[in-house]
Amino acid sequence: MISAFALPVTQRMVHLSSVDLVIIVFYFALVLAIGFYLKGQAKTSEDYFMAGREMTAWIAGLSFLSANLGSLELMGWAAASYQYGILAAHWYWIGAIPAMLFLGIVMMPFYYISKTHSVPGYLKLRFGEPSRALSAISFAMMTVLMSGINMYSMALVMKVVLGWNINFSIWVSSLTVAIYVGLGGLRSAIFNEVLQFILIWAGSLLIPILGLVEAGGWQNLKARIAVNASAEYTHLWRTLGSFSDNPMGIHWTGIVFGLGAVISFGYWTTDFLVVQRVLAAKDLRAAKMAPIIGAAFKMFVPFIVILPGLLAIAVLPVKLTGEGAALATGGHSYNEVLPLMLARYCGPGLLGLGITALMAGFMSGMAGNVSAFSTVWTYDIYGALINKKASDAEYVRMGRWATIWGVLISVGTAYLVMQFLSIMDYVQALFSFFIAPLFGTVVLGMLWKRTTPAGGFWGLLAGTASSIGMWAWVKIDPSALRYVALSTHARDMAENMYRALWSWVVCVVVTVGVSLVTKPKPDSELAGLVYGATEIPSDREMAFYERPIFWAAVVAVLFVTLNFLFW
Amino acid sequence: MRSGGISIWFFVGISLLVNGLLIFGAGIYELVHPPEKPVVLFQVHANVWWGGVLFLLGIVYCVYFAPGRNRV
Repeated sequence: MISAFALPVTQRMVHLSSVDLVIIVFYFALVLAIGFYLKGQAKTSEDYFMAGREMTAWIAGLSFLSANLGSLELMGWAAASYQYGILAAHWYWIGAIPAMLFLGIVMMPFYYISKTHSVPGYLKLRFGEPSRALSAISFAMMTVLMSGINMYSMALVMKVVLGWNINFSIWVSSLTVAIYVGLGGLRSAIFNEVLQFILIWAGSLLIPILGLVEAGGWQNLKARIAVNASAEYTHLWRTLGSFSDNPMGIHWTGIVFGLGAVISFGYWTTDFLVVQRVLAAKDLRAAKMAPIIGAAFKMFVPFIVILPGLLAIAVLPVKLTGEGAALATGGHSYNEVLPLMLARYCGPGLLGLGITALMAGFMSGMAGNVSAFSTVWTYDIYGALINKKASDAEYVRMGRWATIWGVLISVGTAYLVMQFLSIMDYVQALFSFFIAPLFGTVVLGMLWKRTTPAGGFWGLLAGTASSIGMWAWVKIDPSALRYVALSTHARDMAENMYRALWSWVVCVVVTVGVSLVTKPKPDSELAGLVYGATEIPSDREMAFYERPIFWAAVVAVLFVTLNFLFW
Repeated sequence: MRSGGISIWFFVGISLLVNGLLIFGAGIYELVHPPEKPVVLFQVHANVWWGGVLFLLGIVYCVYFAPGRNRV
């Protein structure tokens, strides 16, 4: 291992000064100190997995967003905005805000009142063990695999940007996460996610500010982008009338129905990685407010992610290319746009903070994966299938072990990806198979009393199988794209949108069909789980400015305004 | 949220304060000893004022959420 760490450093994009290194080391010391400090407060399973259910709306909301704000998210979407223009902002606005508000206002009462520990746990209460097992096993497997892919990608970035050895980056970051999550459980993950959220903004905010100063303001930026790329790069909706009119090769129906209505609702309302943070809220109002607070901040993330990509089109003296071309020519790839902008404006100290922001993003995403894996493994696999009589102390012990295994499996995946790069595409595709159908199952389970356990299980299975089938169909016969994505011009992202949409439709149709011919549960067994069988505490006695629905409306108005502003 | 006495915001304050101080210090050093290859817009001295802002925010958070004070 030591010899592997000592491999020579080759090229690097930036050189860190001693003050930059002090900032990075201080960050690692602080997150570890938080883990050790919180170790004594993770004694029961409720403490370890649910953070004692005592988080305020602000803490739960920022943590909810931070778990999603991984560094690959930051760098990947900055790269996408350089490549596709402002269209990438759809993944932050229509691809997130409506779903987050829906989670807060409509779905959170059922998750919270049912007192479930996880999303698979809700499926068990609503549909029974088979649905829970299907969901838990697929989630646990995919979560650690995705974590490994992110780990490898981050280590690769650190190699390109700083010249750091890949083994060093993988082991230092993963062991740090294993220690602070293993010691303090979800509470430690959430504390660090809030800290990481602040650092991400503190380290990234200067790039768009200084970039706009250099470009001469938004109007001048648009003019320069029109010259260097195309005027269409600064329009959100205007080019979506046809697949061939925009660089993403996507139609507005794919964005609205595939991304906005299915993929984003699937991710933000049923992916336990993010939902777990909200389940830790101290009361129902905090649980409803947390996703709304997260949505409010999410709306402004394009300022530190999408805008730097657009600014790069205008101000960078070099033209960025795809990975293959960059390797062949020795140039820079799209994925390097954020580090390039960081190096452009940030001197000693600021550079260290910017790099810390990237690391913080990576570690918050990884901690989210690992803590969610640990909870689902312990409650929904170990407690449900392996040791049904486990004591509370055994749950905590198993949770700590699962954290360590989760990290080790992620590290193993990272090394596997290093050897066989194509695995990355397969695992990412695999993850997408489960999200859209799961949303269909959960939302029908919450909103329609008639949904039966058999309907839920077979709908989920059929939706997932149809998604895998469509993916395999296009792999074997690329011309099938005209049926799956409605056009031969569709690109990968468009294919994903439509595949998600069809698999959701299959899930819903099968769930409804099977439910209509099977016996539903009596109302008495649905209390706390389904709309119409659950008494939801009213907000009416609160002042209007304390009501979640009021703040959801404020965020919704801002969301619509932003879409019109950049139409 | 507090956990046994120390608020998460106090940890945030510590982080902002230390990072702000280090960045501000590096900015002042660069003012006195300008680098041979300055970054773009070096003349606006972003590390001086950004470091200062983070430092001041850090002080506010550390004082307001200091252990023992009844803040959440």
